[in-house]
Amino acid sequence: MEPSAYRARRAITVSVVMFILAIVVILIGLNTGTIRLSPLAVWQTLLGGGTTEEQMILFDYRLPRIVVTMLGGIGLGVAGAVLQGVSRNALADPGILGLHAGAAFGLIVFVSFFRTMEGSLAMLIPMFTFAGGSVIAIVIILLAYDRQRGIMPIRLILVGIAIEAGVSALTLFLSLKLDPDTYAFAARWLAGSVWGRDWINVWALLPWIVILVPIVYLKSKTLDLFSFGDEIASGVGSSVTRNRLLMMILAVALSCASVSMTGGIGFIGLVAPHLASRLAGPQHRYFLPAAASIGLVILVTADTIGRSIFQPNAIPAGVIVALIGGPYFLYMLFRKKV
Amino acid sequence: MKWNKGYTISLSLSAGCAWLVFSLFMAVSSGAKEMDLYTVWTAVFDYNASLTPHQIIHELRLPRVLGAALTGMAFAVAGAIMQGVTRNPMADTGLLGVNAGAAFVVALCFALLPSLSYSHVMLLSFIGAALSTLFIMLLGSAAPGGLTSLRLTIAGAVVAAILHSLSTGIAIYFDLSQDLAFWYAGGVAGIKWVHLKLLAPVILAGLAGAMLLGRPITFLSLGEEAATGLGIKTARIRILGLLIAVVLAGASVSAAGSIAFVGLVIPHIARRIVGVDYRFVLPFSALLGGSLLVWADFAARMVNPPREFAIGAMVAMVGVPFFLYLARKERREL
Repeated sequence: MEPSAYRARRAITVSVVMFILAIVVILIGLNTGTIRLSPLAVWQTLLGGGTTEEQMILFDYRLPRIVVTMLGGIGLGVAGAVLQGVSRNALADPGILGLHAGAAFGLIVFVSFFRTMEGSLAMLIPMFTFAGGSVIAIVIILLAYDRQRGIMPIRLILVGIAIEAGVSALTLFLSLKLDPDTYAFAARWLAGSVWGRDWINVWALLPWIVILVPIVYLKSKTLDLFSFGDEIASGVGSSVTRNRLLMMILAVALSCASVSMTGGIGFIGLVAPHLASRLAGPQHRYFLPAAASIGLVILVTADTIGRSIFQPNAIPAGVIVALIGGPYFLYMLFRKKV
Repeated sequence: MKWNKGYTISLSLSAGCAWLVFSLFMAVSSGAKEMDLYTVWTAVFDYNASLTPHQIIHELRLPRVLGAALTGMAFAVAGAIMQGVTRNPMADTGLLGVNAGAAFVVALCFALLPSLSYSHVMLLSFIGAALSTLFIMLLGSAAPGGLTSLRLTIAGAVVAAILHSLSTGIAIYFDLSQDLAFWYAGGVAGIKWVHLKLLAPVILAGLAGAMLLGRPITFLSLGEEAATGLGIKTARIRILGLLIAVVLAGASVSAAGSIAFVGLVIPHIARRIVGVDYRFVLPFSALLGGSLLVWADFAARMVNPPREFAIGAMVAMVGVPFFLYLARKERREL
């Protein structure tokens, strides 16, 4: 069999498997909670049947939260894939690089000003987190940039770690000034607890994912070129600097918008693309869809576990993701020669 | 030349002592109620319990300021030791996950055993610090290519991230997040004489132990071969050094929360001034670190009274730019 056809087939198989897996975890997620809904009831309710009670539980409570979680997982998985492609660094992750710390800072500024996150104000939150994340991204890139050698991968991580520590200290300080209720909310957010559970949160996040993910997908050739290194990429005729900038902005926007509704969840951006490229091959057009669906599966699963096993107080999904993603990161760190 | 260097060192050490004492007096005399230095002096050396200013100084300010000095010393010396024995210029108990291990255990104590006495909390936080250190070191040395300073730094940051995430999870699950956040942000406001009675002997013993290791750490910091050639048992010194660093960091974290960057910045400044000999770097780091936290706490109280700024954020404002400067300077390594 011709290699490329083989790869395409493998990629399709992986995508189909991931799609089925995603459906399964979504159904389990919809089923889980204080009142259980059987998959059959879920299906009937989705198609317009079901009792009024079932409709209310599904459409007013479960579905919006699951959709936010799905969108967030997709956003984080794709953002991680883009960051790793652009920086040619398998350890790049929006959380580790400090983008989430920036987003968190933006969110704390938002709650300090507006004092609430309810209602239509929620539409503004992704803007604030995006602004915070962008500022951090610019600072990190400037500091990791070397005039002769461009962005240095390892320095990117070191700088990210330091900036993250500093910005987190500032965020912590600002959050201590909040009243206890707002604080409790902010703390949950920081720990990566999916808080978006109304349709307004879905509407706030949806455009970012629906518009930006396809753009990334259309640019998958460009991402492939980056992996060959700058010389080859510019030799082929792609305008390296401009494309890199665009892709960076896309990654920052995707990850910051996602965490604005799901909370500061790290490590998905690291694990999802890495697993995806192992399963579906290194070409971005094959593994981007896999990365998106793996991100979705991880986040939906983590959220379901967090809110079902640890009753009555839920454990934030971010904690569960960190428990899986952190060791995975260390494994990758030590497998490579640094 | 030889004489000149000794002169610089002794001058720096005495200046450091004087600066620390001056800092202590300044910090004790200023606050919501200004005291003149005469009152401070008499309150310390001629305490009269019937005078209100004396009481304020004795019961509120003195333990707090002494606590800041002690924890600052401990963080700085722990950082200096770690930089010496791991030969990693970016080592710091905060960045390498030692503080996070201690903090995680303290969070567990807050949640599960809220009535635990301070001495037990302190003991358990040592264990937390020791376990996370051990874990990071084992991970680092198990990897192909060994324990490079880069890998150590990144692994430390990730272990710290996992532990921090777990601590927050526990705090949220047990509904004590803001209490814990206040403590985690770092602060010496809560330090009382009861704490100092335990904290002071442990930290002073740790500092004394560190000073005894000054000579071998110097050789170790020059390189493995050099140290072995000079008859230093490198493994033993490394373990002893890390043990002392863990004790110092564990005690400080249990009292003042996780304060990063002190242990990163201070040893660099100390080496810049007194040279690379750890017999002098360690005591000088202690003096500078103690004064740094005394001033940081002082500033934290004075920026926006009566609210207090988090001391950890205060130190980070100095520490982050410094770390970035180091990361850029190490360009050949990275």
